[in-house]
Amino acid sequence: MVMRITLGGISKPHSSKNMKTGDWGTEFPVVDEEKCTACKACEYLCPDSCIVVVEKGEKKVAVPDYDYCKGCGVCFTACPVDAIRMELKDIYKLEVC
Amino acid sequence: MKKVVRGFYSIAHSVKLCRPNVIAAYPITPQTEIVENLAKMYANGELGDCEYVTAESEFGAASILVGASATGARTFTATCSQGLILMSEVLLNAAGMRLPIVLVNTNRAISAPLSIWNDHQDSMLLRDGGLIQIHVETNQEAHDMVPVAFKVAENSKVMLPFMVNMDGFKLTHAYEPVDLLEQEDVDSFLPPYQPPAYLTTKNPLTFGSYAPPHCYAEFRVALQNAMLRAKDEIERAYKEWGEIIGRDWGGHVVGENTDSDLVVVSMGSLTGMARDVVNQLRKEGMSVGLLKIRTFRPFPAKEVRDELSNASKIIVLERAVSFGYEGPVGIEVKSALFGLSPEFYSFAVGLGGRDVPREELVKIIRDVYEGKVEQGFHFRTIKEFEEVVV
Repeated sequence: MVMRITLGGISKPHSSKNMKTGDWGTEFPVVDEEKCTACKACEYLCPDSCIVVVEKGEKKVAVPDYDYCKGCGVCFTACPVDAIRMELKDIYKLEVC
Repeated sequence: MKKVVRGFYSIAHSVKLCRPNVIAAYPITPQTEIVENLAKMYANGELGDCEYVTAESEFGAASILVGASATGARTFTATCSQGLILMSEVLLNAAGMRLPIVLVNTNRAISAPLSIWNDHQDSMLLRDGGLIQIHVETNQEAHDMVPVAFKVAENSKVMLPFMVNMDGFKLTHAYEPVDLLEQEDVDSFLPPYQPPAYLTTKNPLTFGSYAPPHCYAEFRVALQNAMLRAKDEIERAYKEWGEIIGRDWGGHVVGENTDSDLVVVSMGSLTGMARDVVNQLRKEGMSVGLLKIRTFRPFPAKEVRDELSNASKIIVLERAVSFGYEGPVGIEVKSALFGLSPEFYSFAVGLGGRDVPREELVKIIRDVYEGKVEQGFHFRTIKEFEEVVV
């Protein structure tokens, strides 16, 4: 199949949604839903709008979007109640002999 | 009409006749008077449908033009030296985005130490960026090459930024008689820009969007192909200019008596004196010719090789250094001559505006002709010096 590329890499709006950048990072945030107070500090500070507070059952909690999160850790640093921890992705876990 | 003007006016006048839509610039010596003249024309209402933006830096100026060019505007700027390298991040993007921004670079040395004077170190730093680069010898040539630059840059087969290099001070500030173009002449040569794609508020687009490893390389091949097509389109535009305007500047290279034993290769304003010296030495019976390189990127390797294939000795006059190797023009010329084995000499002269006396060129050519110099790269017009700490 012949690949089609556009002049100068021009693309139509919203096409970046198809470009999942979640595999770029080495770490990813994990939210402790018990501790999360839904204060939205992470939501306001995420540089890529990748963590949003949503209703989950009877509680509101922060939920990361792993399709686009690059693991910068801003949410982890910003969380006032330490409800977010960063975990290393499995592919970066090496056993050093 | 022929008038005695300074180099920067020859550029500003020509830019005006090209009917630009957006000019964004930041002043830097010796480019300043180009954009000062354009700003004055703008203030006097002479620029028609044009926005003149005084930017906060060269980075800003180039960025403004990227945005403007993406909306389909005909765009122009001028800069040099530190300004050019500050622009470089944006200009290399413009090349990848295939935006036909035209800029005039008034070649100036690079810091440190600070120098406002002329050599070619600045434009050489952008050699590999995907910008078309030509060097002019006179202010008339500079004047004529602006419409040519727009025509080639905006050609749908090309779509690349175009940088016209003219030597700072030596051309920009020099008074020369220039046959100033008329609006009808430029209009008959240069049609309005018809962008293949452009931004509007109703039709938003992303230019130069992210290309992961599975498709990035193809964009770079497309850029290389555009550069190679540009080679033919530049030649065509040069010819068309000669036919319509009546001043034929020749092709990518201009050879004079290149069937001689020794050929001197030069680029930019130094070519004028090199020609004079070569003609003098020919009168004295020396078998010597001259090759002027006008187009530097895309590099006219075939044309250079054809012109130089009979010479047994070649001298390249350099105005820059690729530190750790040799002069950048010599590197290109040697690569174009691969497989042939003439004696090869290159001389870096006039760095940072150092005067290149006529006698020095005579001496260089005589020394090489008489076999008094080793092959390879040499500095000339250099004083004896010693480096101390402070």
